[in-house]
Amino acid sequence: MGRSFLGWPVLRQLSGRDPLGRGPAVRSARTDSISPRIATADRVAKSVCPYCAVGCGQKVFVKDERVIQIEGDPDSPVSRGRLCPKGSASKNLVTSSMRQTKVRYRRPYATEWEDLDLDVAMNMIADRVVKARNDTWQDIDADGRKVRRTLGIASLGGATLDNEENYLIKKLFTAMGAIQIENQARI
Amino acid sequence: MAEAHPVGFQWVMEAKKRGAKIIHVDPRFTRTSAHADKFVPIRVGTDIAFLGGIVNYVLQNGLEFRDYVVAYTNAASIVSDEYVDAEELDGLFSGFDPETRTYETGSWQYERQEAEGSAREDHDVQRETASAMQHETHGISVDGEVLRDETLQHPRCVYQILKRHYARYTPEMVAETCGVDPEDFLEVCRAWTENSGRERTTALVYSVGWTQHSVGVQYIRTGAILQLLLGNMGRPGGGILALRGHASIQGSTDIPTLFNLLPGYLPMPNAEQHTSLQEWVDAVRKPGSKGFWSKAGAYGINLLKAYWGDKATPENDFCFDYLPKITGDHGTYRTVLDMIDGKVKGYFLLGQNPAVGSAHGRAQRLGMANLDWLVVRDLFEIESATFWKNAPEIETGEIVPEECRTEVFLMPAASHVEKEGTFTQTQRMLQWREKAVEAPGDCRSELWFFYHLGRMVRDRLKDSTLERDRPILDLNWDYPTHGEHAEPSAEDVLKEINGYEVATGRPLSTFMEMKDDGSTLGGCWIYTGVFKDGVNQAARRKPGSEQDWVAGEWGWAWPANRRILYNRASADPSGKPWSDRKAYVWWDPDKGENGEWTGYDVPDFEKTKPPTYRPPHGADGVAGLAGDDPFIMQGDGKGALYVPQGLIDGPLPTHYEPVESPFRNPVYGQQGNPTRKEYQREDNRLNPSPREGHSDVFPFVFTTSRLTEHHTAGGMSRYLEYLSELQPEMFVEVSPALAAERGLEHSGWATIVTARSAIEARVLVTDRLRPLRVEGRTVHQVWMPYHWGPGGLVSGDSTNDLFGISLDPNVLIQESKVGTCDVRPGRRPTGKALLELVQGYRDRSGVVEGQYAGVVTTGPGADGIHEGDPTGEGPSGMSRRNGHSGDRAEGQDEPGSDDAAPEGS
Repeated sequence: MGRSFLGWPVLRQLSGRDPLGRGPAVRSARTDSISPRIATADRVAKSVCPYCAVGCGQKVFVKDERVIQIEGDPDSPVSRGRLCPKGSASKNLVTSSMRQTKVRYRRPYATEWEDLDLDVAMNMIADRVVKARNDTWQDIDADGRKVRRTLGIASLGGATLDNEENYLIKKLFTAMGAIQIENQARI
Repeated sequence: MAEAHPVGFQWVMEAKKRGAKIIHVDPRFTRTSAHADKFVPIRVGTDIAFLGGIVNYVLQNGLEFRDYVVAYTNAASIVSDEYVDAEELDGLFSGFDPETRTYETGSWQYERQEAEGSAREDHDVQRETASAMQHETHGISVDGEVLRDETLQHPRCVYQILKRHYARYTPEMVAETCGVDPEDFLEVCRAWTENSGRERTTALVYSVGWTQHSVGVQYIRTGAILQLLLGNMGRPGGGILALRGHASIQGSTDIPTLFNLLPGYLPMPNAEQHTSLQEWVDAVRKPGSKGFWSKAGAYGINLLKAYWGDKATPENDFCFDYLPKITGDHGTYRTVLDMIDGKVKGYFLLGQNPAVGSAHGRAQRLGMANLDWLVVRDLFEIESATFWKNAPEIETGEIVPEECRTEVFLMPAASHVEKEGTFTQTQRMLQWREKAVEAPGDCRSELWFFYHLGRMVRDRLKDSTLERDRPILDLNWDYPTHGEHAEPSAEDVLKEINGYEVATGRPLSTFMEMKDDGSTLGGCWIYTGVFKDGVNQAARRKPGSEQDWVAGEWGWAWPANRRILYNRASADPSGKPWSDRKAYVWWDPDKGENGEWTGYDVPDFEKTKPPTYRPPHGADGVAGLAGDDPFIMQGDGKGALYVPQGLIDGPLPTHYEPVESPFRNPVYGQQGNPTRKEYQREDNRLNPSPREGHSDVFPFVFTTSRLTEHHTAGGMSRYLEYLSELQPEMFVEVSPALAAERGLEHSGWATIVTARSAIEARVLVTDRLRPLRVEGRTVHQVWMPYHWGPGGLVSGDSTNDLFGISLDPNVLIQESKVGTCDVRPGRRPTGKALLELVQGYRDRSGVVEGQYAGVVTTGPGADGIHEGDPTGEGPSGMSRRNGHSGDRAEGQDEPGSDDAAPEGS
């Protein structure tokens, strides 16, 4: 349409097939020259919002192995493509500069964090679990009942985790005899 | 709902567009109220009075759905002549023992039915172990034939008992108790009843505004009574919908990280009652009972096989002895108090931030400061990881970093897009998430962390000959790993949860295929079918636009992909839909060989059992259910209006005041829930009630809530730029009248004080909060969000610091939706001065060290002051090893009472 006044949106709206001005009449050359960032995504993962329990569908757009956008999934019969402010901010949850990506360690009586290698941390935790379990083990309780447990190790959390994760958590703690295993459902 | 579950609220708006009337009953005017046809403000903590008033309206006017009620509920069942209602005992039911504050429930049973599980000791055990969370799906045990009067005229039938129990819950009483305008109340009554029946159904939606009370389970029970009376259960557009608050909080209840449960609502075995596999199984299946729990042996043995694989054999009771035994309350609050007392060595926090999110924040942080070690797994550096450097107790000197020995590991977690797996959303639907990208740096999934932790612990114990280590060494823990980080496969774990034939590996399609001989295994029987036909059913993504309105091919809902539980009730006793408009599941006599249940949903009933089926005399289990018994997990197949077993605090919901209340109970001499769980110790002092005097020191009622833009304790929102900008600051919302009374300025500061702590918040003055008239005087209510703490992009004081710990006796959930407080202008003091401020309030309100007010306030056992009960175990608690003082200072009833004599007695 070139740069003549014939290209004015209002004229196109009045003369064309888009009298309400919600389609082609209001498109500019600039609009036509750009595309949404999701158009160039390498792939899309079907996901679910991590906040409340409504379970809204999410589409996670990935480019160069980075999350470039998270949008509502219109296919979901639960959410029909909608996300609330939190769900809409979940890309920010994943890519936030405040995310902790390194293990941090606070020594007893310390006033600051220090760094710790992941593998070292895992080994230290395993040592402490074994020791706490040993130190607090009960074959029988004070009333002589068989209990086979430890009251020295507790855990809180699970409502934000996957079923498969909760399954392994409960299975391992139960086998170790740790029973004070709780989550948000009690709260 | 519009605030905390906004996308779910689109369906409410959709219903409204089609003519539904939306009623919102809430202390606060919210985004939900703005869209409602009717907003009814209510005094916090009076929901049973309100709902009981509607029950009374229904019964006095004969508005129940009579055909449904007679056929599908226990309205016709006749109760023992020993039963005495709370109406006659001033707020207590028959069988109450004031010493243990529990009930002997023999008198609550049906006529001619042997009382089972009714010993008083039993209720102690049940309270300690939050047994109602098992009963949630277990239902009642009913042995033999129950006497019934289907005319509902017998004076001891449930219907008549219900009618008498709620007769005093009149519109006037509701107005007086709840601060609700009687006309508003009647409008709610009319709307609810007119929209229920054959042609119409009403949905009831609640959330933690109901659960977080000392009488929370009974709130929901009252809702259940109403919905059953009006025929709204098991039918489309009806039901009681719990809107849960975390992505997989339903899943973490089904596959529980909870102390008293094993997967599929099997009980964690108890050292007293479950000393053998047989005892454990019988405790669940209750021999002689009807319904699907009769197969509990198969469910339990499949779990044991999933845990211990080849090592679990019929000869060794499938390793039942390997399960650790509980002996009482091992809930999160008791555990935190045990941390303060130095009994706990190590603590894992998995995506949870109790320093901000649990009641009594100070106790939470002092507990963490007294551990040997703490492992925090989270996306961000949350307050529970940093209590040793930024807890409020650092300022007051109660935590000194250089003296705090707790070793802290902050282990970065993978986010929801960096791992695959299932969430179970609030309607029991599992949805599989695909992995989008690798987690950065040291971030790992819980699957990775626990698999490898287990591997490393097993490795450390591999040469052990100790019997105690057998359960770990014999554990079925061979999960193949893949990728650079050696991640286990979530799909493998889901297959184990689903269950399979041991010999062939063939996935089970339904829990009915589970065998009790060890030839099948499955980690969570209610999830069996999620891997039906070897296909991950939770990953199904057939677009909603290409399905009918039930959308049964999106994800997978337990049990057996049923979307509405007990949907047999959507058809009449003869199997026909109650109406064309509300057709959902019905009997088709022409289908299959001899007829089948069919409909839009998967029928929640045996597919080929005809409506006319009548069990032979003496039949139990599944065969004992008649063709018109829709509530198939209940021992009598009926919806329970009256609950003879399974609840600690009574067979019928009764109005009790919140533990902290500025009012006396207007209905009964019994002030609060007499069976509630209390930990009476110096670090858990409660504000006095009127009965104890000086309650005017904390004259206002406060409640808490979420904001749309934040998520619970802020761990997933205060560290995000957009959300922090949208809701940057902690505030307290007050009415103009209270602002004038206390000199509070909009956008200025206020300090909110309780016997635990004082916090500060910005003041938000709006007319959305209205003072209510209750018992002839004005009560001011305020509310605060509870999302803030010292960390994150936006920080503020934590509302949960204001609460003490008092728990519902059935499920051990804390009362954190209501408390009393004072509100004063200006910022709170800091350091020692803060402690002095709180101590001043305690002194003025009569909170005296070493003296605790009694819980029982009526009857021969009414308490005076006593010395406290730090473990909450009571005089006949299951374990006395922590010591207990049962001594009571008699004759000191109502010390310093500045109030009138008990009313309503």
